[in-house]
Amino acid sequence: MNIVVLVKHVPDAQFDRHLTGPGHTLNRAESILSELDEYALEAALQLAEARGGESAGNRVTALAMGPAAAVNAVKKSLQIGAYAGVHLADDALAGSDAAGTSLALAAAVRAIAESQGPVDLVITGMASTDGETSLVPAQLAERLQLAQVTFASELDVVDVDGAPVVKARRDGDSFTETVEAPLPALVSVTDQANSPRYPNFKGIMAAKKKPVTVLTLAEIGVDPAQVGHDGAWTAVAASAPRPPRSQGTIITDDGTAGVQLVDYLAAQKLI
Amino acid sequence: MASVLVFLDVPALPLPRAARELLTLAGTVGEPAVAAAHRVDPAMLDALASHGAVKVYEPAGELDTVLVAAKAAFLADAAKTEQPAAILLGNSFEDREIAARAGIKLGSGVITDAVAVAPDLAVTKSVLAGSYTSTCRVRTGTPIITVKANSVEPAPADPSAAAPQRVEVPLSETGPAARVTGRSGKRVSGRPELAEARVIVAGGRGMDGNFGPVEELADLLGGAVGASRAATDAGWIEHSAQVGQTGKTVSPQLYISAGISGAIQQKAGMQTAKVIVAVNKDADAPVFEIADFGIVGDVFSVLPQAAEEIRKRRA
Repeated sequence: MNIVVLVKHVPDAQFDRHLTGPGHTLNRAESILSELDEYALEAALQLAEARGGESAGNRVTALAMGPAAAVNAVKKSLQIGAYAGVHLADDALAGSDAAGTSLALAAAVRAIAESQGPVDLVITGMASTDGETSLVPAQLAERLQLAQVTFASELDVVDVDGAPVVKARRDGDSFTETVEAPLPALVSVTDQANSPRYPNFKGIMAAKKKPVTVLTLAEIGVDPAQVGHDGAWTAVAASAPRPPRSQGTIITDDGTAGVQLVDYLAAQKLI
Repeated sequence: MASVLVFLDVPALPLPRAARELLTLAGTVGEPAVAAAHRVDPAMLDALASHGAVKVYEPAGELDTVLVAAKAAFLADAAKTEQPAAILLGNSFEDREIAARAGIKLGSGVITDAVAVAPDLAVTKSVLAGSYTSTCRVRTGTPIITVKANSVEPAPADPSAAAPQRVEVPLSETGPAARVTGRSGKRVSGRPELAEARVIVAGGRGMDGNFGPVEELADLLGGAVGASRAATDAGWIEHSAQVGQTGKTVSPQLYISAGISGAIQQKAGMQTAKVIVAVNKDADAPVFEIADFGIVGDVFSVLPQAAEEIRKRRA
């Protein structure tokens, strides 16, 4: 099985994050592999291992798009266990919106398929922890004309009448669904799908020998005018930090706090 | 007047508040038209008319049970016929995916998490988990905008509104797609959906496995029950109740945080709530930095006392 996992280098959500510059882009110092992408990588590794791993011809390729530092997301993925890495790096990509990102990633997946053979699965996290739009997986599926299974909390690939089928479980607010799709498919997984492994010493040493292929837009046949700030279908005109919430009234319970709470809610016309 | 196409996936009446909000918002920008994912019966048609719809697109048959692919194809087809000034959807995961795919089909930019849409189609949205507000525009194609619940006050219904025009959209080929093979309903709580609730009472580690007081207060206030990741990971409540960076971001009128310390990912999920109340026995809990009304105290005495007081006042 040939699996491509999308990984993103994102600002660490443990810290305050800031939009800067004329394009209102995110300050990407202090970035890490997006926490939600670790579940995607783990899902890919488990599927490949269940089929005999790398020696049985399975491939798990971590694909990241972004500036030079984004290669760190690929390297971390290799340490965790991805078999190979691809870094799509081109200055013209800066400021891409979801439409431009999905266009470039679709072309990168096609390029991987050209060099390695057909891609069976593209696996992503449920959202990036920076843009948070959740648009890219669905747009990528649309552009690659892949069946799309999003927000999978359980995932397996089984043979049905000799053809591989991905089966997944999705949990909604009031129901649980099972869904099936023929391969090739795009799957996004939630943080309930598995427990991601940590890189161990062996993995960190082995990662040094694993290949990272760097691709440019020219190499994947994407016109730079269709991506980045200039090619974006949406634009940010202004941004401002939300005014900090001023601390309100803090009381210590003297045995009447529940009643005082109701007084407060009544004064705010909330009950 | 230009029209605004509202995508609604409402299988039966009553019209949910979120649908009424979208129709109200569409009416402030143009003339509301509806793309309804299900066949529309006369009562539904009347309900849509009374909330401003002048035209209703419906699929010529039942849409295929493939995840979002058929709905996205239907919406794109309706938009090609209507040529609206903008397309509005809700902000659920499913609505955002439909918007995403319709955006590629139509060559149109998509903006998610909108909290306001101006008559000139400038969109105000909340980004970085609510820590920033930005103003965005779609530069290419028909603006497709997904709007967060509780962003607009729905206009009252006008029962005298004229019947809308109905337009059938032929079913089109959806391409390779995942199929829903089974669906099991979970326990029906009768509570509002978390993402749309106007009141949320959320519990965390401090609930120590007992969500009873949280549920009691939520039910008295007609609200939804939320939880921190610590509480869902501990298995005290289902994962779908999780509010925060990796769960749901919510913006209710009132958010009551009980026994949650308020680590940055949790704050991220609820900092756009209009009013935040926090109850925690640790006076240094970060949640107090953003609470409008904070109580340093034991959730197991404060919450039941508040519930009792509400009952007393209503009696």
